[in-house]
Formats: sequence, structure tokens, C-alpha cells
Amino acid sequence: MPLYLNEDQQMLHDSAAEFMKGEAPVSHLREFRDKQCKDGFSHALWKQFAEMGFTGILIGEDEGGLGLGHVEAGTVLEEIGRNLTPSPFLTTAVAGVEALNAGGKALRDQYFPGILAGETVLGLAIDEGAKHRPDQIGMAATREGNGFKLDGKKQFVVQGGSADMLIVAARTSGKAGDDKGLTLFAVDANAAGVSRDSARLVDSAMAAHVQFDGVTVDADAVIGEVDDGDTVLRRLLNAGRAGAAAETLGVGAGSMDITVDYIKGRKQFGELIGSFQALQHRMAHLYSEMEIARAAVLKAQQMLDEGSSRAELMVSVAKAKAGRATALSVKEGVQMHGGVGMTDEYDIGLYMKRDRALQEFMGDANYHTNLVAEMHGY
Amino acid sequence: MSDLEKFRAETAAWLEANCPPEMREPMTGEDDAVWGGRNATFKPGQKEWLDVMAAKGWTVPDWPKEYGGGGLSRAETKILGQEMARLKCRSPLSSFGIWMLGPALLHFGTEAQKKHFLPPIARGEIRWCQGYSEPGSGSDLASLQTSAVDKGDHFLINGQKIWTSYADKADWIFCLTRTDKNEKHKGISFMLFDMASEGVTTKPIVLISGQSAFCETFFDDVKVPKEYGEGVSSVVYEVNKGWDVAKYLLGHERSMISGGGSEGATSLGAKFADQVGRDEMGRLDDPMLRAQMAEMDIEVLAFRAMAERFGDTFKAGLCHPAQPNMMKYAGTEINKRRHELIMAAGGSEVLEWESDASNGGMTARSWLRTKANSIEGGTSEVMLNVISKQILRLPGA
Repeated sequence: MPLYLNEDQQMLHDSAAEFMKGEAPVSHLREFRDKQCKDGFSHALWKQFAEMGFTGILIGEDEGGLGLGHVEAGTVLEEIGRNLTPSPFLTTAVAGVEALNAGGKALRDQYFPGILAGETVLGLAIDEGAKHRPDQIGMAATREGNGFKLDGKKQFVVQGGSADMLIVAARTSGKAGDDKGLTLFAVDANAAGVSRDSARLVDSAMAAHVQFDGVTVDADAVIGEVDDGDTVLRRLLNAGRAGAAAETLGVGAGSMDITVDYIKGRKQFGELIGSFQALQHRMAHLYSEMEIARAAVLKAQQMLDEGSSRAELMVSVAKAKAGRATALSVKEGVQMHGGVGMTDEYDIGLYMKRDRALQEFMGDANYHTNLVAEMHGY
Repeated sequence: MSDLEKFRAETAAWLEANCPPEMREPMTGEDDAVWGGRNATFKPGQKEWLDVMAAKGWTVPDWPKEYGGGGLSRAETKILGQEMARLKCRSPLSSFGIWMLGPALLHFGTEAQKKHFLPPIARGEIRWCQGYSEPGSGSDLASLQTSAVDKGDHFLINGQKIWTSYADKADWIFCLTRTDKNEKHKGISFMLFDMASEGVTTKPIVLISGQSAFCETFFDDVKVPKEYGEGVSSVVYEVNKGWDVAKYLLGHERSMISGGGSEGATSLGAKFADQVGRDEMGRLDDPMLRAQMAEMDIEVLAFRAMAERFGDTFKAGLCHPAQPNMMKYAGTEINKRRHELIMAAGGSEVLEWESDASNGGMTARSWLRTKANSIEGGTSEVMLNVISKQILRLPGA
């Protein structure tokens, strides 16, 4: 498979680009931020996502979806990133759907129709500390009757406050740090014993701290196999990380574009500042980094779609490389904008804030760099 | 079996039968490469391997058969490369004639020039060098001053070239000369002549690596005939249009040098962890070096994806014409950083410059050699200028 979008993928990309730019450009993010919306995204827009078919990209055709792959999901995510569009797409339609794809038919029948209709939102209850450490999950799920009782705390559950269902990773055996013993559960977000405390993040998205106090679920809530949740979790994480890398790439590309435009129009000392070699070389270096990141992200998505045994390695490469390139893009963006880059009026700062949040989502560049060393055995 | 599968099977069998065992051992030094030429010397197996490959046209598998090539399609050429790699067959011939002059002649040469010059290149009979840079004309190559004056049946050449790789060992030179002093880019010609001509002298330049392929080359009233037989002009393309040829060739050269970034796909950490040492967790026990090596793994794997994407988009006509400049920039910068880490991993042992254990200081000499990557074939700064102007369209072109 050549490493560029085929005709169908390009068409999907073009329609996603037109849609985000038309329906949810940066001004849309500002509007939802300024009215202090408690969800941090528009439910009407989420329904429009569904009408465009986006929410069904990773859902099989026999279940009403489009039956497409991670490359296609990535083309939508890149445009979400470029326009800073707030939506539950990454957590629900990408990572959440991918976890449910690994589960039983009953769960899919329960949740896919709502996702396809743009009515259901999923939250991912994975992290327990400030840094992403899925191998250190300690939250307990103890057997009780026909099901399980959940006790513990999760944080950084993006859009967790407005979620209908939470995918919860908990321990059914062993202790934090063990390879086995995890189980994933689909938990009704309004179940007795679930309390959610949402906070607005730096990028104006909402994320919840979630407390589970003796929350009982029956055996049907298990996604995949008991004690073998690692299999489902990996699938969820791979999809989420590749998706986050694609969205990050869009943030970096959007930030670079507005900065190039800015330095082409801003004059100092009687010259356009874009004609200064000091800025030209830094911008050309950034271009090079973004191109390499783009290739890495597409390669990771293709490998996931092919089921390659090296996909996980490339996903970490993509998350780290896209993270570093985009961090450079937003930092250079603010600096090259000068004083106005520090004002709320200009968009460049919004790109910087979104990048920071995406860096932490499912592992930052350092986390994935360490994983790459481990996968290489050193 | 498809035609390509059949071709693969036949190629593998032929290579197995014809590649001498010595040519399937890894190279241990630079003198294991075969450069051919009038004064070539050969180690065991080298000449046989060159001759059988040249007879099949497989020193230049994708050139047309009438010019000494193999006439293979792109897919067949790729299969040949894969099968040679699988059986560990060495390249039969290293040659600037193949890498650089050949593509330029195939693109710009007349039929008579192609017939005259290409087959000896394919057979490794003539060793070529490239006369581009001059002491005052590095990055600003088009400011070159070596003059070629029209004297009726010949040109008279005077001037000096520098960084002429292997000029002291080359038989012929492809050389940029100034044929019009009043024009900068439109006064340059691309000429071919014999290094044995009267008035040509060369002097090797010793580099910081203690070795060098580079020379200074002097031309003192060198007479270059206008023709080497009917229709075989010594000037490629047209007089005063040599800059077009040079630009085309530089594109080739830059793509070639950029390959350094994807070289050594093996993880440095995996390669050196045991040598450096491991902690009780099995991790490389210098945490900062481990982190830097893991970052390098990411750079290399990401750049390999970039190289694959560049190749795919290039073939499909989808990439920007200035994209080779970005590949050259990124590839050479990564390669330099990689060699810094290799030196750090080796510690004091790779500081040895002349010992047998260090294979004559090979690691250190290679490290120093890579510093030229971001200078030769256009500096990183020139690449960044091209990206700024031609891709990002920043002002002040």
C-alpha cells in the first residue's frame, strides 16, 4: 500500500475538511468556551458528525457503520485538530468503538445505535494519576454475586461529565504493575455509586474525576474476557494513541499555517518579517519536522489497519514524533506572532493550549520514547 | 506463477550460481568497494562479479539495453535489489558514472553521446569524477569561474576545482565551466573530458578524519576537443545551458545523500546495550544515553516512513519538486546525530585512531566523515533557503 491517501480516503478527508471549517472552525470553540458550556462541546454538532457518517467509521458495515479503518478515522481527526473542533469523536467513535469491537455482540447492540446516531457519548476511565500509566492500574473490581463491585478513583476522563457510558479499566486479580488481571467494564455513567466531578481544562474541554463507591455491574458489562482486559485495553490504546497523534498533527499543521500567513503579512524595520533568514530557517525546519511526523502517523495507521505485528511500535513512534513536532509548531507560532501571540484575540494561543492537553492524553512523548526503548529490548 | 514471481525465482537462482563467495562477505573497509576504471585493481572475486553482472546489464539494471543496461522494469529492478540483499551480494560497481553522469546523459544527452559514453560506464571501464565546486564557489555554485574559451575546434580550459571526489583516481571528469562571463546562470556549460589531458593536475586534501576522497583539481590551458567523433559532442545539452544539467544532477545527488538518515534501521540501543552495560531491570545503564538512543530510534523510524512516503509520492507525481531538499536536510542531520551517539556508546575504545582493535579508528573516522553530510551537495542552510522560498513561499526570493 503506498504511503499516501487513496482516492476514497482523500475524498473523505476533503469532506471532513470542508465540514470542520464550515461548521466548527476555531470561532466555534471560542463560542462554547465563552458561554461556559458545561459539556465543552455541542451535542448538535455531534449529531451532524453522525449525519456525515463520521461516528460509524470504525463500526462494521453489518452493524450499520462504514467499516473503514484507522487511516480514515485519522483523516477526520486531522481536520478536528486543524480547526480545534471540540467533540467526543476521539474518545467515543475511535477509542471507545475499538474497545467495543473487541467485546461481545450484546454490548455492541446496546451502544452502537446511539453512537451511530450521534446521541451516545463514551468516557474512558483509564488513568489514576496525573501521568498516563496504564500498567499501574490499581482500581479494584471484586466479584459479587453474578457480577462485580467497583471501588476506586479515575481522572482525566475527557468529557466524562457528559458521558452516557464509561469504559472502566480495573483489576479483577493481581496488583498494580502485574501484566495480567485487568478487566474492562462498560459502566452506565448514571449508575448508583458513580460520582463525577468535571473541571474545565486549559484547552476548554471538560474532563472529570470519577469516583466509584461500591458500584455493582453484572457479568454482561465485561468487555472481552475477565482477567484478560489487557487485550482489549491495548486495542483501545492503540486506536486512541494513533488517533491522538493524527489530531495532534492537525493542531501542528494548523498552527504552522496561521504562523506562515502571519509572517508573510507582518512588517518590521520596513520589511516583511517572513523575509528574515532567522525566521525562514526555523520555519523550514518546522516544515520538515511536520512532514516527517505526518509520514510516521500515516504509517502507524496503515500498520494498525493491516494488523501488523509492528503496529504498536509505530504507534508509539507516531505519538512521540507528532507530539514533539507539534510542540515545536505551537511554540514557534506564539514566538513568531510576537506580542499579539500572547493575546486571547489571536488564535495561536488556542493551538498551544490544545497541544498541551493532547500531549498528556494517552501518554506524552517521553512515555512513548521509553516504550520504544522497551520494545527494542534495552 | 506470475511473471514477477518467475523473474524473482530465476534471479535468485542466477545470483546463487554466479556471485562469487568473496562477494557475499560483508565489506570491512572502503577499499572493498569496486570503482572500476582504466587503472582498476581487483581483490579476488571482484573482477569476475563485475564482468558477469555487466554482461547481463545488471550494474545498471534499469537502463535501456542498447546503452549497456538490463532493460528491467521498475518492479524487476526492485526485485533484483531485494534478492541481492537477501543473498548478501555486494554491489558489483560503485560509480559516479552510474549515480550521476548516467542519469544526466539519459535525460539530456544526444543519441550519439549516449551510445558513446554509457556502455563503458555500465561495464566499469571508465571512472568518472565531478568538477563542480570551486574555492570561491561553494553554496553559491553558479558563481563559478573556471573558464572555457571557444578556440574553433576546441575549448581552452583554465581554473581550479575543489572537493573533486577521487579526482586523483578518475579517468574522465564531468565539469561545469564558464562559457559566458556576462551571464551568471546562463553562462555555464557541462563538459566531459579526459583527466589525462595535458594541463590537468590533482592534489588530495586530507580531512579531519585523517582520510579523504577529496582533491583539488587544476586546469592550466587544457585543450578539450569539441567532438569525440561524429555527433559526440564534449558538451552535454547546449553551450551556456549547463546549469539546467547541474540542477537536475543535484536533485539526484541530494536524494542519494538523504538516504543516510534511514541507514542503520537497527536500533542503536538494542545494538549497544550489552556493550555499555545493563542495570538489574535489563535497561541500558546510562539513563541519559538510553533516552537519547530511544529518541534516535523514533527519529530513524519516522524518517524511514518519510523516505517511503517520499518514494511513493515521487513515483505518483504527487510530491513538491523541492521535496528532495527537505529529505537531504532531514536525512543528513539525523545521520550526524546518530554518529554522535555511536561515539558516546563506544566510549574511550572508539577514540583509538590506529589500533587493530578499532579497525584503524573506523568508528571515529566515520563519525568525522558524517560532518560533511550537511555541507556536501548543498549545505543544510541552502536546503532551508529552498524550502522557505519554494515550498513555504516566504517573501524575499
